[in-house]
Amino acid sequence: MEITDLPAHQLTKLIRSREISAEEVLDASLARIAAIDGRAGMLTGGNLEPEEIQKIHAFITPTPQRARAQAQEVDRKLASGEDPGPLAGIPFTVKDIFCVHGTPSTAGSRILANFVAPYTATPAARMEAAGGVMLGKVNLDEFTYGSSNESSAFQPSPRNPWDTGRVPGGSSGGSAAAVAAGESALSLGTDTAGSIRQPAAFCGVVGLKPTYGRVSRYGLIAFGSSLDCPGPLARTVTDAALALKVIAGPDRHDATAANVLVSDYATQLEEGVRGMRIGLSPDYFRVTYFDGESGQLHQEPISPEIESAVLSVAGYLAELGADIVEGVPMPHTRYGIPVYFVISRVEASSNLHRYDGVKYGYRTPDPVQELSEMYRKTRDQGFGLQPKLRILMGMYVSAAQYSEQYYARALRVRTLIRQDFEQAFDPLGPHRLAALLTPTTPTTAFPMGAVYGDSVLMQYADQLTVPANHAGVPGLSIPAGFDTQGLPIGAQLLGPDFSEATLLRIGRTYEIATESHDWRKLRPAILQ
Amino acid sequence: MPPEKIPQEITPELFNHLVNLAALDLSPEESEYIRRELNNQLKAIHDLEAIPLDPETPITSHGVPYSSEITPAIRPDEWLPYSHPEEIISQAPVIEDGYIVVPDIPHTELE
Repeated sequence: MEITDLPAHQLTKLIRSREISAEEVLDASLARIAAIDGRAGMLTGGNLEPEEIQKIHAFITPTPQRARAQAQEVDRKLASGEDPGPLAGIPFTVKDIFCVHGTPSTAGSRILANFVAPYTATPAARMEAAGGVMLGKVNLDEFTYGSSNESSAFQPSPRNPWDTGRVPGGSSGGSAAAVAAGESALSLGTDTAGSIRQPAAFCGVVGLKPTYGRVSRYGLIAFGSSLDCPGPLARTVTDAALALKVIAGPDRHDATAANVLVSDYATQLEEGVRGMRIGLSPDYFRVTYFDGESGQLHQEPISPEIESAVLSVAGYLAELGADIVEGVPMPHTRYGIPVYFVISRVEASSNLHRYDGVKYGYRTPDPVQELSEMYRKTRDQGFGLQPKLRILMGMYVSAAQYSEQYYARALRVRTLIRQDFEQAFDPLGPHRLAALLTPTTPTTAFPMGAVYGDSVLMQYADQLTVPANHAGVPGLSIPAGFDTQGLPIGAQLLGPDFSEATLLRIGRTYEIATESHDWRKLRPAILQ
Repeated sequence: MPPEKIPQEITPELFNHLVNLAALDLSPEESEYIRRELNNQLKAIHDLEAIPLDPETPITSHGVPYSSEITPAIRPDEWLPYSHPEEIISQAPVIEDGYIVVPDIPHTELE
């Protein structure tokens, strides 16, 4: 196995025992990136040459010099007997929605293309302080508004390492692609409706959306402030646990970072699932989607291959002593997307008012007569279609005359979605679940261009992930095999507030149960 | 009280009003695409009207309830100087002598 394909927890042991240096690991990562990543995303991305279609294009801004200095510091500390931290020498990437001091922090948008962050987001700062080696900033949908990465202003947008004709998912698509292709062992992503879990599922990696408030949002370029959750993407459950322990916890810069003890997630990973009640809900094995042409809602079962993969996970967990509880009602699941269409747009529109060409970011070079003309031209030229769409929807549904029908109603339905979870997890209720096991996505990765442009259909890619954001509960997506096209399938575990340790433990139990399976040995097409 | 009839679509007039409020300036092509997508999204949103909703149902503004045990204590209101203010000011597109420069702000001289 090549260095770049080793999981983070093994790599850091080798580095700490000085069997390999952090700089050697960095060199291997940079060589992998040079071999398969291709051109980084640029505003003037232009057309792809045929050979570029075979590349990943995960990055917007590589930071090899920063990485070199960090790797050397880890090696220096080890040589002098100092502790370099729990992520000693681990190469990681950061979704370009986090501010990192001295790096362009673009949100995948023209309006922030020239913004160089004057400070570092707490999760990224904690990764670096723990000895992590930051390889660079990776691509995303513009302001995270998408599920495919195609909306980034920085083109080429990332491609799926298992099939470069397909999307990596989104919005943390650069993160998922980089981790799946062994460019970095870990990546920091964010999840507002599924933006860690959906690309993790599409790229065959582990993605953890922590409980809202588990990880500080300080330094995160805001989208939906009541929904946004930073979290790790990794190739193994153990690595996700390692990263969560580093980034979680209270933060004086974020009043919503909850004052809850951070567990040592890694120590409980292999304690098994005996006696755990794990639920299956029929409401997560069908999708309701809106057909723009007919104006009708359709309900369909999810892909049989995905259903059978998730039921197979349940089967392994049952063999290992879990109680599988079938028929758990989650009746408001189908309303997750329409509620999201309202709440996230209101929050996005509020958060996007700050981009005005005055304080930072892009300002129109066109001559203007007065201030409001400058605002208009700046925002028109700086924002892509998705931010404009979200601003306008947010303003409409929160306008005084409509907000009771739309915004207030959506916030009440959000209560019902939360109650579905509270009832499923209630220790005195009929189900008493430790976790709910569901598919992560209704489909596997779709072809580039197949959905982009249809903002409604694109949003429905998040149907099985978004309820956890409304409810605030944690969600873990783990690889659960492949479909007949050779595309990864993700299974999702959802649990009560701050139950990350339990979800990781269930995920690790399944990982151990299947570690000798042939599908675990498959490598992304880009590496073959 | 039954909810007021919700408009079925965002008309071009309403759309232009929203664009103006949002300080945007859209091309005809962008306007056509965005208005169509807004109306499609609104059709999906109208699915929420199918839910029988008890008027007593509270709103949820955050999923996780912030009990006093997990809510961080409010910080003392202390002034902490930022170490490199010039790094922040230098991000402004146009600056002069440490001030941010903007185009003319329409105004009326008070008598």
